[in-house]
Order: sequence, then C-alpha cells, then structure tokens
Amino acid sequence: MSELKPIKGKIFTLPFFILLILSAIALVFIIKRFMYGLGAVSNLSDGYPWGMWIVYDVVTGTAIACGGYAMAILVYVFNKGQYHPLVRSALLASMFGYTLASVSIFFDVGRYWQMYNIFLPWYSNTNSVMFEVAACIATYILIMWLEFSPAFFEKPGSEKTLKKINSVMFIFIALGVLLPTMHQSSLGSLMIIAGDKLSGLWQTGFLPLLFLISAIMMGFGMVIFESLFSSVTLKRPLETPLLAKLSGVIPKLLIAFLIIRFGDLIFKGKLGLLFNFNLQSLMFIIENLLFIYPLIILSSQEKRNQSKCLFLSAASLVLAGSVYRFDTFLIGFSPGVNWHYFPSFAEIMITIGIISVEIMAYLIFIKTLPVLPDVKHA
Amino acid sequence: MPKVFNTLSNQGQGEKSPEIKGIARRDFLKFCTITAASLGLPLNMGQAIADTITSKKRPPVIWVHFQECTGCTESLLRGTHPTIEHLILDLISLDYSETLMAAAGHQAEAALHKSIKENEGKFILVVEGSIPTKDNGVYCKIGGKTALSILEDIAPKAAAIVAIGSCASWGGLQSSKPNPTGAKGVPEIITDRPVITLPGCPASPYNLLSTVLYYLTLKKLPQLDDKGRPKFAYGTLIHDNCERRPHFDAGRFALKYGDEGHRQGWCLFQLGCKGPETHANCPVQLFGDVGSNAWPVGTGHPCFGCTEKGIGFEKPLHQTVDSVTPPLTYPKVGGTQQGKGMNAGGAAIAGVVAGAALTAGIKVTKALKEEETNS
Repeated sequence: MSELKPIKGKIFTLPFFILLILSAIALVFIIKRFMYGLGAVSNLSDGYPWGMWIVYDVVTGTAIACGGYAMAILVYVFNKGQYHPLVRSALLASMFGYTLASVSIFFDVGRYWQMYNIFLPWYSNTNSVMFEVAACIATYILIMWLEFSPAFFEKPGSEKTLKKINSVMFIFIALGVLLPTMHQSSLGSLMIIAGDKLSGLWQTGFLPLLFLISAIMMGFGMVIFESLFSSVTLKRPLETPLLAKLSGVIPKLLIAFLIIRFGDLIFKGKLGLLFNFNLQSLMFIIENLLFIYPLIILSSQEKRNQSKCLFLSAASLVLAGSVYRFDTFLIGFSPGVNWHYFPSFAEIMITIGIISVEIMAYLIFIKTLPVLPDVKHA
Repeated sequence: MPKVFNTLSNQGQGEKSPEIKGIARRDFLKFCTITAASLGLPLNMGQAIADTITSKKRPPVIWVHFQECTGCTESLLRGTHPTIEHLILDLISLDYSETLMAAAGHQAEAALHKSIKENEGKFILVVEGSIPTKDNGVYCKIGGKTALSILEDIAPKAAAIVAIGSCASWGGLQSSKPNPTGAKGVPEIITDRPVITLPGCPASPYNLLSTVLYYLTLKKLPQLDDKGRPKFAYGTLIHDNCERRPHFDAGRFALKYGDEGHRQGWCLFQLGCKGPETHANCPVQLFGDVGSNAWPVGTGHPCFGCTEKGIGFEKPLHQTVDSVTPPLTYPKVGGTQQGKGMNAGGAAIAGVVAGAALTAGIKVTKALKEEETNS
C-alpha cells in the first residue's frame, strides 16, 4: 500500500471563506424552511413534489459520489491493486456526498419528524422502492464511515485499534460494493412508477440498469475529475498516467449504456420523439452529446494520456450523467397540463450551501487526515 | 382433470370426504370462500360453509310463487356459481317450486304438504311475489286457496322466511298506485317474526344464496336493516359504489341518451338515476356473471331504484332525485398555471453557478494544458 499523508497547508484560505459564507446563506434559508415550511422557501408543488433537492442532492449527488463505489468495484472486485492510492480520496468524497444527501432529505420531507419510522422494522414497507432507497442509503453512509475509519487511527498510539478495524474491514468493503448496486438502480426504478408522465425518451424498464451503469461511469469520471482538479488547485503533481489507465474502463461502460438506451428506444419505436424539437428532445440531444464526447476522446489511447482531454471528458461524463438524472426526474417528467417548476432562489442556495459544506469538509479532512498519496513536491 | 369432488349425492353412505360428481374440489372451496367474502365474513368461514354444504342433510327449501313475473326465479336459473342444477340437486333440497318441479296439479300439492309435514320447523320458506289482500285475496289462487291463506298456513311452520324480489318485499310493481289488488309484501302480513327481504327486480340470485348459506352455517340470520334487508348486500348506496361516481364528482353528466356524455360513459344522474337513494350491491355483485359493467348503470341506463320501497315503481323513471345535488364547483384539471415556474432569483443564481463552473473548468483546462507543454 502506498503511503497516504495529510497534505500541508492552511485550512482557512480565501476559497474556504467564500464557501463558509455560502453555507451561512444556506443556513438562513434552512432555518426559514423549518420555521415557515416548504412553501416559504421552495417552488415545490403537488405536481412537482420532487424538485432541486431530491434531483440534485439525492439522485445526482449520490451518483456523483459513486467514486468510492466505482473504485471499490475496480480494486476489490476486479482486484486491480494499482489503483489503491485513489481509493481513499474517492471514498471520502463519496462519504460526504452521501451524508449530505441524506441531510438534505430532512429539508425536503414535509413531515421530517416522522422519518425515523422508516427504520422501525414493523413499519417497513418492504415492497416500496422508496423504502429500499432510504434504508440502503442510510446503511451505506454508516458503512462508508466505517470504511473510512482507519484514517482516524493511522497515527502513532492507535495501532491496536487500527489492527482490529482492519481485521473486519472486508465485511464493510463487501457491503460498500453491494449497497450502492442496490440503491443506485432503485433510484432509476423510482421513475418507472411515473409511467406515461415520463417522456418516452426516458421511460423504460431498463431505467434501473441505466441508472446503475451511469452511476458507475459518473463515479469513475468524478475520480478523474477530482484528482485533476485538486492537482491543479492544490498545486500537486498530476496523476495522469494512473488516471489514463483508469479511464480505459469508461468507453466500455459507455458503449453498453448507449446500446441499451438506443436499442430500447428503437425497439419501442420511441426514437421519433427526438425530432419534436421541444425542450425535452433538445435536452436529450445535449445529454447524449455529452455522453458521446468522452466515448470518442477516451477511446483513443493517445488522447487519454493528455490531462486536458482527460479532464474535459471526465467533466463531460459527470455532466452527462447529471443531465440524464435531471432529465429523467424533471425535464422529461410532466405531471399534467400547465404544471410548472423551476427551483426558487432559496432552494438553489440551500443546495449550494450543502455543496459548500461538502467541499469544506473534504478540504479539512485531506489536510488533517491521511487521505491523499504522499508526494514529493517538485 | 383435477380430482373431482363428490357432492352430496352419496350422503347416504355416510361419507364426508369429497369425491366425484361434477364439481372440482378447488372450484367448490373457491365458491364457498367467495360466498364468505361477499357476506363480509372472515375467509376461514369458507371452510365452515363448505362443511355445511357437505353435511348429510341438505336443507329443505319451499319456494312459493304469488303475484309475480317469475323474474327472480329466471335470474336464479342463470346463476353460474353455482349453477341452478348444482344448487337444487346438491346444495339445497328444493322440495317445492312451481317453476322447477316436474309435478303438476294434485301431485304438486301433495309434495308441498308432505314436505311441510316432514320438515316442520326446519325448512326455509322462499316467497316470490306479492300477496293480494283486497277482497280476501281472491286475485291470486293456487289449488283453490288464496295466496294469503297459503302464506298464513305455511309461514308459522318455517324455520326462516325469505321474501325474494321487490314484490314479496313490499308489494313491488303490483302495489303501485292505485294498487287494485291490495298487494302487500310478506313483512306486512307476517308481522310476528323476522322476514328477510331481498328486494330487487329481479333480486340478485347471489344475495339469496349468500343469505341461505349464512343461515345454514351460523344458524342465525345475517344482520338486517330496518327493512329486513341483509346489510352485507343492501348496506351501501349504489351511488357510493358506482363506477361512474368520479364523473358525478367532476360534474360530467349524460344529458340525453346517445349524446356525447352518454357515449363517454358519464354519470347518469341527470337522466334520473336513482342510485343516490337506492341501497343495493349491484355495482359490486353485477348480474349474469358476464364480467364488468353488467348491471343497469354499467350498460348506460339510469338505476330505477328497484330495491327501494317508494322509489322503484313509484318515482317517474327519468325524474332526477333530490336527495343529492351535484357539486357546483369542481376541482380544476389544467386550465391555469399550477406550481411556480422560472423566476428571476432562481434563474440568476442558476446562471451564476453555471458561469462559475464554466470559468473554473476553463481555468483548470488551461492549467492542465500548460503543465503538459512544460513537461
């Protein structure tokens, strides 16, 4: 195992303060939400009960946070030990992504004080997809913190605790691979229920599979994106060779994804909806161009080794997966005539605040705990 | 073929276990369970009903016809679960029925008297048709005796009395003004003991069957309302179980036969439907075992209230009821904007975020490019 070390640097930098201010703004709106209710801050309605918070924070946020999951599959299931240095930082990002996704559910659920009932087995509705998602994500968050826990003990004086934790770690790792497989696909199943309310361009029985594949792709994309982004902003040497190798997986997944997607559309004769030239068909085209761009770039061995191309295609892939989720949950979804939804200022600010907290926590952790590989500064 | 179940034909051999004759055990238990369900009984009552039916002695039933059209019997003949032959040969012992018995004249009368004598206090009396009371009941005679005297003679000897159809229940069609024969229903004549009434024109055969089996299984009468109607069948308004009810609530009415609304299957209230005043299980039980919509409203005709005294044969067919009025306002479906769309604040902040992300992306791309050219 390569050496992981806390990186040097002050915690309170200028960007950190900006993030702090953004979180403070969000906090004000969150307090308002709990005092005056959902209607006071959000544009959520009976037609669109799921808005920005669910679609970004939960559905997209957890998919973006699939880096830990994707890396775990690669390292532990396919036994590619060479990628191990990337695992912990990916796990850390996933951990915060998921934890904050679950926190944001508390803002979104009208009667949040009833939420604990989900975890009382005698109230559990085991036939519900929503229950599966809730229970699975909650368990996964716990598992991720346990998976990450060695980082807290990798210091002189706690070798014994570390040894104990590591001896049972395989269980958590196994669960850490299983649980996202379950709930990432279930997030897709959620929209099957919407039936004809969801445009034919997105509605399919393959939604769970497409959500799962795209979540794994987004996970890999995010690992690459994060690594390159933090290398530049934190002034660390690039990990391009390792990332280039890792990115070789993505085109294979992309081809599978696109074949299932378009195969299904052609088989059902829904591809014609593409030529409606309304918002939905436009978004569908944008979304797929964003999927196809990394496919073209990353299929070339030469381009894969250029950090710029790698960065752009990773960003494009993450964006594509995110747009896919927004399309499936909001843009492709029509609850009936004349329903409208666009997130309110406060709604967006709360989401931005959550992202800010996520980044701040990430920065604090990598600066105080052994997360990133140790490097000799050039 | 599955193992076939002996009905009760060889009861004499003291066998309780089911064997051959015409009906699969599965179907039989299914029938018992369905009966239990339609009675609103727990499902394990299905077994109790099965035990009752398979017991050695089939309950004797005496079915008398007075002033009527035999429509109730006709509808019973068309039952398919069970079929009429299964009912009268296997489930009950129909000792006397003018429509179904082969005997005629004195032979038939003899059968009636024999059965009454043998089964005194044990048989179930089913009365179909009203009883004329004017002029000592001379308007309906069988074997030289008036309907009134026949009823007064048999009724006290029966274990239970069932008045089937609207005529037997309160007089029905014949009792409509001016009621030339002074027609009355059984409960108006037999006042000293409970009479189960199963009004309807015709009555649903399954309500009769369920009532009979309830009585035989539990040895008591089902819960009755103040008009003697079993609550399991007549407990709710037709209006409350009607498949067209959503159209009523949304204000969509057929105004003429064959108009757009009528063809669309809208509510028949404005055509004079008596569903809002009539208690019966027609929309649930249906008729003729032919599947959904097989009941008057389902076929596009307003309910005429046949199970309700004072409504069926009394109120004009197309006069709207006044006990309920359709809502004056309806929930909006579409029309105006619902929910909040794009707003300045939201759009601005979304733009800022997109811009910031784009700038950061370009910056990082540049940095990566520089790094590459440097190395």
